[in-house]
Amino acid sequence: MNPEVALPILIPFVAGSLSLVFFRSNAAQRWIGVIGTGALLVSSLVLLYNTWSHGVLVMEMGNWPAPFGIVLVSDLLGAIMTVLAGIMGFAVAVYSLPSISADHETFGYYPLTHLLLAGVCGAFLTGDIFNLYVWVEVLLIASFGLLILGGERGQMEGAVKYVTLNLFSSIMLLAGVGLTYGMTGTLNMADLAVKLPEVENQGLVTVVAMLFLVSFGIKSAAFPLFFWLPASYHTPPVAVSALFAGLLTKVGVYALYRFFTLLFSHDVGYTHELLLWMAGFTMITGVLGAAAHYEMRRILSFHIVSQIGYMIMGLALYTPLALIGGVFYIVHHIIVKANLFLVAGVVYFLRGSYELKEVGGVWHTRPWLGLLFLVPAMSLAGIPPLSGFFGKYMLIRAGVEVESWGIVLVALVVGLLTLFSMVKIWAEAFWKAQPEETGERARRFEAALPQSAVVLMVLPIIGLAAITVFIGLGAQPIYAIANAAAAQLLDSSDYIEAVLGVRP
Amino acid sequence: MAVVVGALFAASVYMMLRRSLVKLVIGLILLSNAANLLIFTVSGLTRGKPPLIPEGMDLPAGGWADPLPQALILTAIVIGFGVLAFAVVLIRRAYEVVGEDDLDKMRSTDL
Repeated sequence: MNPEVALPILIPFVAGSLSLVFFRSNAAQRWIGVIGTGALLVSSLVLLYNTWSHGVLVMEMGNWPAPFGIVLVSDLLGAIMTVLAGIMGFAVAVYSLPSISADHETFGYYPLTHLLLAGVCGAFLTGDIFNLYVWVEVLLIASFGLLILGGERGQMEGAVKYVTLNLFSSIMLLAGVGLTYGMTGTLNMADLAVKLPEVENQGLVTVVAMLFLVSFGIKSAAFPLFFWLPASYHTPPVAVSALFAGLLTKVGVYALYRFFTLLFSHDVGYTHELLLWMAGFTMITGVLGAAAHYEMRRILSFHIVSQIGYMIMGLALYTPLALIGGVFYIVHHIIVKANLFLVAGVVYFLRGSYELKEVGGVWHTRPWLGLLFLVPAMSLAGIPPLSGFFGKYMLIRAGVEVESWGIVLVALVVGLLTLFSMVKIWAEAFWKAQPEETGERARRFEAALPQSAVVLMVLPIIGLAAITVFIGLGAQPIYAIANAAAAQLLDSSDYIEAVLGVRP
Repeated sequence: MAVVVGALFAASVYMMLRRSLVKLVIGLILLSNAANLLIFTVSGLTRGKPPLIPEGMDLPAGGWADPLPQALILTAIVIGFGVLAFAVVLIRRAYEVVGEDDLDKMRSTDL
């Protein structure tokens, strides 16, 4: 019994319920928001520490023994993802204090955020595929609510596409779960890992694997299933965009990592080859889409797509080094990408627009913000010594080792184009002078922004930037954790033993 | 049953490919029901054998219906109901805000 495994799910639920109790008091909800996500961060760090020192942790819900009841399992990958969810939740909760308008707060911004975090942590920690479906629905319904909060035209149009495609993917997931149960008679992931290779009709297993691939491909916004993301991610308030950018697609990526290492690694030549093609095209389309846009949030949204390609590349190459690189890249990406959205938000609050043509001159008035933008931006492009460099280095080296030259070339070119997009934002928003025609609005926005709000918005940005620099300069501890996580992914016997109690 | 599931999937995909918002949601409703019936079918239908254990025995006598798929479907129905209720409200709001029922005209966020 390891009750700490359930804490990262329970804490956001309790915090969300408390926020509902204090539904009429925005001030109380803000306090609960910060304290609740802070507690989530602490509990996830404890979980990671315990998983690191004791190996895979398992908690059987309601004391039903493993293949029959639902289990929560914390292996290193799950624990790392939970820590990232905690970091994101806390940073966004602090950033929300000044940036979310009172209207949004009144209509339940904080309860929905907690619910979203609970769903995300649940999806990372569950060891049961039907339970995974339930958690995905929990986080989806919370994200629907957050996405349409405010009810502007763009939000509605984005939400229609987001809701439709995500529901479609959930139903694919449900169908896959049903077919898996029909084939094996079990839903427990560890049990499935034992029983799926024993299924007589292996072709059918591959078909079900494809159902899961489509489902999680939609959720992680991989090519050719990513169209909902650039249509919707730039519409909600920027704190929500940052939370989505950091966590939601990564649930899909996490599920791909879990399913295509633990469950569907019987026909690697077929499934992972397909994943490799998806990864390459995801990178290219994402980065080209970003190059074509001139609105900060849209550029960043397309970059989510292209970065997902790198993570899937790590899974698709399926060598130890590639998986280490993939895990490392996920850690780096979540922190950097959310941070970029947060910086874009500050620029908006200073200048009154996300359009690059309408903003400018931030460097001249606030050079420190320019520096804070450069840290995640250069890290995203993979400039040493920041965190992105090591992730890309490992992935590309893994590609060279298996002589998969096509994907290596794509990864290198996409890195270069990423730099181009980041320099574009830098040159337009920070370096060039504020355009005359929108100068009036910019001055009005800047004058209306109190100093305390700037401090509260910049604090999480500094924190995330510091983590980026730390991952870059002190890559060794992160590498060690990613290494151990990748080892657990490749050799699932520890996972199976922890859940079922017998070694396969 | 298999034919019903197939027909429901086909009908739902057809409805979702139409341009109207309302038909899109009808498609989603059909799709979620199709998935529920799919679980029911692939898990094996057993008629008239409840998984009840007679007194004084450890196992039900001679073959029984698997109760787990029904539990799964029940959960999926509840979740699907909640999510679809949201979708219906969403299309109503979207129609009010955008003033359009045609999905092809909802493109301002893509451009």
